[in-house]
Amino acid sequence: MNKIEINDCTIKKVNDICEKFGNKSGELINVLHETQNTLGYLPEEVQKVVAQNLNVPLVKVYGVVSFYSFFTMKPKGEHPISLCLGTACYVRGAENVLREFEKELGIKVGEVTPDGKFSLDCLRCLGCCGLAPVCMIGDKVYGRLEPKMVKEILAEY
Amino acid sequence: MDLIKLTIDNVPVEVEPGTTILKAAEKVGIKIPTLCYMELPDVGVINNPGACRMCVVDIGGPRLFPACATTCTPNMVVKTNSPRVLNARRTVMQLILSDHPADCLLCAKNDDCELRKLAAEMGVHELPFVENCKQSHYKKSTSPSINRDQDKCIMCRRCETMCNEVESVGAIGAINRGFNAVVATAFERPLVDSNCVFCGQCVAVCPTGALTEVNNNPEVLEAIADPTKTVIVETAPSIRAALGEEFGLEPGTLVTGKMVAALRRIGFDYVFDTDFAADMTIMEEGSELVDRLTRVAKGDKSVKLPLFTSCCPAWVNFCENEYPEMLDNLSTAKSPMEMFGPVAKSMYADKLGIKRENLVVVSVMPCVAKKFERQRPEFSKDGDSDVNIVITTRELARLIKINNIDFKSLPDEDFDAPMGESTGGAVIFGNTGGVMEAAVRVAYELVTGKKPEKVEFDEVRGFEGVRMATIDFAGTPVNVAVAHELRNARKLVEMVKSGKYNLAACEVMACPGGCIGGAGQPFHHGDSNILIARHNAIYREDENKKCRRSNENKQLAEVYKEFLGKPLAGRAHELLHTRYFDRHRI
Amino acid sequence: MAEYKNYILVCGGTGCRASRSSELVEELNKQLKIYQLENDAKVLTTGCFGFCEKGPNVKIIPDNTFYTRVKPEDAEEIVKEHILKGRKVQRLLYLDPDTNKHISDDKHMEFYKKQVRIALRNCGFIDPENIKESIERDGYAALGKVLTELTPEQTIDIILKSGLRGRGGAGFPTGKKWAIASKSVAKPKYVICNADEGDPGAFMDRSILEGDPHSVLEAMAICGYCIGAEHGLIYVRAEYPLAIHRLQVAIKQAREYGLLGNDIMGSGFNFDVELRYGAGAFVCGEETALIHSMEGKRGEPTLKPPFPAVHGYLGQPSNVNNVETFANVPIIILKGADWFSSIGTATSKGTKVFALAGKINNVGLIEVPMGTTLREVIFDIGGGMKNGKKFKAVQTGGPSGGCLTEKHLDVPIDYDNLKAAGSIMGSGGMIVMDEDNCMVAVAKFYLEFIVGESCGKCSPCRIGNMRMLEILTKICDGKGTMDDLYELRDLAHVIKDTALCGLGQTSPNPVLSTLDNFWDEYVAHVRDHKCPAGVCKNLMEYHIDPAICVGCGACQRNCPADAISGEKRAPHTIDQSKCIKCGTCREKCKFGAISIQ
Repeated sequence: MNKIEINDCTIKKVNDICEKFGNKSGELINVLHETQNTLGYLPEEVQKVVAQNLNVPLVKVYGVVSFYSFFTMKPKGEHPISLCLGTACYVRGAENVLREFEKELGIKVGEVTPDGKFSLDCLRCLGCCGLAPVCMIGDKVYGRLEPKMVKEILAEY
Repeated sequence: MDLIKLTIDNVPVEVEPGTTILKAAEKVGIKIPTLCYMELPDVGVINNPGACRMCVVDIGGPRLFPACATTCTPNMVVKTNSPRVLNARRTVMQLILSDHPADCLLCAKNDDCELRKLAAEMGVHELPFVENCKQSHYKKSTSPSINRDQDKCIMCRRCETMCNEVESVGAIGAINRGFNAVVATAFERPLVDSNCVFCGQCVAVCPTGALTEVNNNPEVLEAIADPTKTVIVETAPSIRAALGEEFGLEPGTLVTGKMVAALRRIGFDYVFDTDFAADMTIMEEGSELVDRLTRVAKGDKSVKLPLFTSCCPAWVNFCENEYPEMLDNLSTAKSPMEMFGPVAKSMYADKLGIKRENLVVVSVMPCVAKKFERQRPEFSKDGDSDVNIVITTRELARLIKINNIDFKSLPDEDFDAPMGESTGGAVIFGNTGGVMEAAVRVAYELVTGKKPEKVEFDEVRGFEGVRMATIDFAGTPVNVAVAHELRNARKLVEMVKSGKYNLAACEVMACPGGCIGGAGQPFHHGDSNILIARHNAIYREDENKKCRRSNENKQLAEVYKEFLGKPLAGRAHELLHTRYFDRHRI
Repeated sequence: MAEYKNYILVCGGTGCRASRSSELVEELNKQLKIYQLENDAKVLTTGCFGFCEKGPNVKIIPDNTFYTRVKPEDAEEIVKEHILKGRKVQRLLYLDPDTNKHISDDKHMEFYKKQVRIALRNCGFIDPENIKESIERDGYAALGKVLTELTPEQTIDIILKSGLRGRGGAGFPTGKKWAIASKSVAKPKYVICNADEGDPGAFMDRSILEGDPHSVLEAMAICGYCIGAEHGLIYVRAEYPLAIHRLQVAIKQAREYGLLGNDIMGSGFNFDVELRYGAGAFVCGEETALIHSMEGKRGEPTLKPPFPAVHGYLGQPSNVNNVETFANVPIIILKGADWFSSIGTATSKGTKVFALAGKINNVGLIEVPMGTTLREVIFDIGGGMKNGKKFKAVQTGGPSGGCLTEKHLDVPIDYDNLKAAGSIMGSGGMIVMDEDNCMVAVAKFYLEFIVGESCGKCSPCRIGNMRMLEILTKICDGKGTMDDLYELRDLAHVIKDTALCGLGQTSPNPVLSTLDNFWDEYVAHVRDHKCPAGVCKNLMEYHIDPAICVGCGACQRNCPADAISGEKRAPHTIDQSKCIKCGTCREKCKFGAISIQ
């Protein structure tokens, strides 16, 4: 997803989400989840709208966004790649797969390719350790990865 | 309930149930070191996140426990100095220092730094970790009032507690997590881009150099050195009750005379008193209140009541940010400092026969928000600010030391005329409730035409967050309210907005206890007794004054007669009143 | 379940779905239609079977045939052969590695033989999105019994007597926790289910939620009845979309059946459940952090006391248990405390679910009685080491746990034994490592995880773990000294002693347990500058054996660092100062002339 334009329409979407959760400050995390699902990421302007609606200081919203790894202030690539670096994947060589992804895409973890097509992130555990090492591209899971499979997988997109 | 018996380092001690190990240890002369912990019980401030782990003690469990937050249990055996405890404490200190810049010699906080002091007491002089280990780095920023260098933040969270719980502003809070966690503004923006009101309570409690006031002493020295300038100084009411602490005098020692002498020796051409302007503020604000009450009585619906005081610049910022709908309730009377400025720059400059821009007005304030207030465009004429430089009590102390002055041995001297005289009403501006009491002392007479039977109005004194009182104006009850700390101001505003309270006037001060607890005062380092001592000193100064009502100030009466005219009108209106702006933001 | 002649159960756990099990379901349905067998057989998507290694798994009942690694392409054969003609598809049956014979029935598979399924009793047997199937297998019967026959005190007493301890980590007696919460007078109270399974390599709770959500809902209602709460909250990881979906369906169905909501079963007892989502913070497994997160705040732990039982969610009394703990409750109520406490060891009753993963043949989800030895778990159930490698260590308890070795293999697993051995039970992650895993690098891996997940509130955890990581990095880089090892140990002890919450207090465990059990390996890194497992890059050197090298030049051409030189048809050499240890040369050498030393 590319960087979004903050216009009245986006603001209305965020307002509606806040409204849905009763504009309650206790619902901050739920509001942020849904907002990120809708917009793809949580830019500053959006956080301001959330703070205003839920009547919490902006720094509290940012404090929450910057605390949880699930929330992001940067737009992700069109095909977000999440590589599992859980223990099961680690002991089965996930680090080498990660290095191969970085090499093939020419980006580091947390970055987006210049064309906006891929972004690369790590996560803790997808819970399919039987397939270790695994990664997810969008909603699709790839298991029993080896470095040499990376090129082929990327070619699907 | 029965007392709890326990031993601390083999010393038996008995305490009330609920007492922490830290407090119990204090009772038997054992001082357990703390860093993040801070408690000001009299003004309801407590910060004990249990985060720094400096106060850990051994209570016989599988791990150590923080003394600041662990309550005593019967027959507890506490060790505060076992090898295990000492090693843990030392290692924790080393860890904190390993993520802290080591520029102590140049740090603005150096001699006042609680971290440095504690490290020195513990004799920590080396770090056993990997050479050049990682340190966290954040954006530094400045503002008219406060400098921030979060590389020095140790995550004690005191500032966060002050900003969020005590002041209910929420400009700063914890961001990020893990090693990168720090207390900062949203998006690490400078304070001026946040909803900060510059009360500076974060600065007042910061144990390190992460948060410091902007140092304006160099400008003072430069002005004094400039032969083309006449430099005058005014000192706020609460300075005299706190300045002595910086020179080792007991908290609560009044040093008015020595302070004046020191200022002369520093090289100020004339030494005046903000108290004089405070009396002026009472004349204006008191008249404004009476005017509003009279108009309301006549059925004028356009007049807003209650009238809120506007002396506290942090409160004014807060009101503009958070309650723009209440701006018409703010008294249009300027703060004493901002009344002093234009009067000095017109009346006094004329008297001296010098141009306005050649008169430099320096204010000594207990406050860092005054540095922000000073640079508001409405408080200037043709680009020349009415008050040119604001320094805090702490900066003044440094200025005295820079000028080789042995403060304690100074003789007592008097303020210069014509802006040196003041009444007790002005003095008590430094305490929460003081402005209201001073106003009542005068308004009573303005309304009833009679002097009130008493001078002291105990009903508005004290430390309670919001205090309400009904003053009997010779048969007419007048309801007033006082709030200190902005959380209580918020409470008070919400009460007013609820429409359930028929209030005539409200006083608000942002700092705990009022200006005596201002962010520019000598650091209290979490000692509540210091605030109480200053508080009592202010009332003592009031008692010692010959005149205690602002309308009894003879120099001021003279100034009105010769220069200002009548309160609220003419030149007084032009020079002594201001307006406010909607700056609503999150 | 007798409407159809055959039921085809397809595992719908995350692992099997990732291997296209949902496509398999579609294909099976399509084939049943083609062969006009829709009335003879029904396809059910169930929760996790546990045998993830061989997934996607398919089970056909009533004859209990267990097919492994089934692809959508196999659907036709299963339908045509098995359903239509009653002939088992031999090639899809599990092949016993010892006897090399196909086994058709899971009861005879080593993987399942030693397991006792209590918490997982319904996983893989029911369609988790159909409440009727749950009810057929006694779902909500325990709630009915409690509401009609037992007082809250009696119910708590059963849980207390059963000896059930919290399955989330520390093992606090569940009955005791409920008793404390029941005594708090303030109202409202909350029942909270901790489903923020954060250990990397653990998926017990996820599997239970995906396979049997109703037993968790039922147990929460029972808990609510016991402590006097009408509100239940499940804090579930946002990374578990399938578990969330199944919980949402289950809650909806339970409400429709009057098993959640007001006046449940006409008893006058009200209870309902809401979901709250985690947002990626391991520390939120700690109950005070979890509560703050549910309140929409940063997931920072606070000091205890006050405990959540007194001052929890929104400042109200709250009882927090994890998913597996709850999953045990209904069956304890139905079968009694004595039945449950007859299983297990003296101090740890019942069973424990483990997520078995790593360098082992049978990766999967298992449930064994407390007291089973690590050897039985790894070598019998787990099928031993992958590729015949040598067992080196097993890590239990995730980042809070420790690495155990050969000498611990015969320790009967329970809370106290694992603690005594230097690890913890934790939530049940169990990662097996072989000779190719460097234990210093493993300790570093866990520290990296902890440094990334520390909330940053207390100084020992925020700074101390970073300093430990720096020392470990230095050791892995071959720059460590013996002093570093001693400093590492001292630092680890101080962090354990002084950190604020469970995360910080246990974060040094992987370091301490590897220091204790693999001291020689640390010393090899420091003194000999060698990584015995050949993992730490800076301690490896690639060498070309001149006796084997034919001088083809493939390595030289592919070396990204220009580190290889040599004449054509003569042995080549590697310039160690230029080598970046990428391993390309070794991959490209057709003659196996390049080795790591």
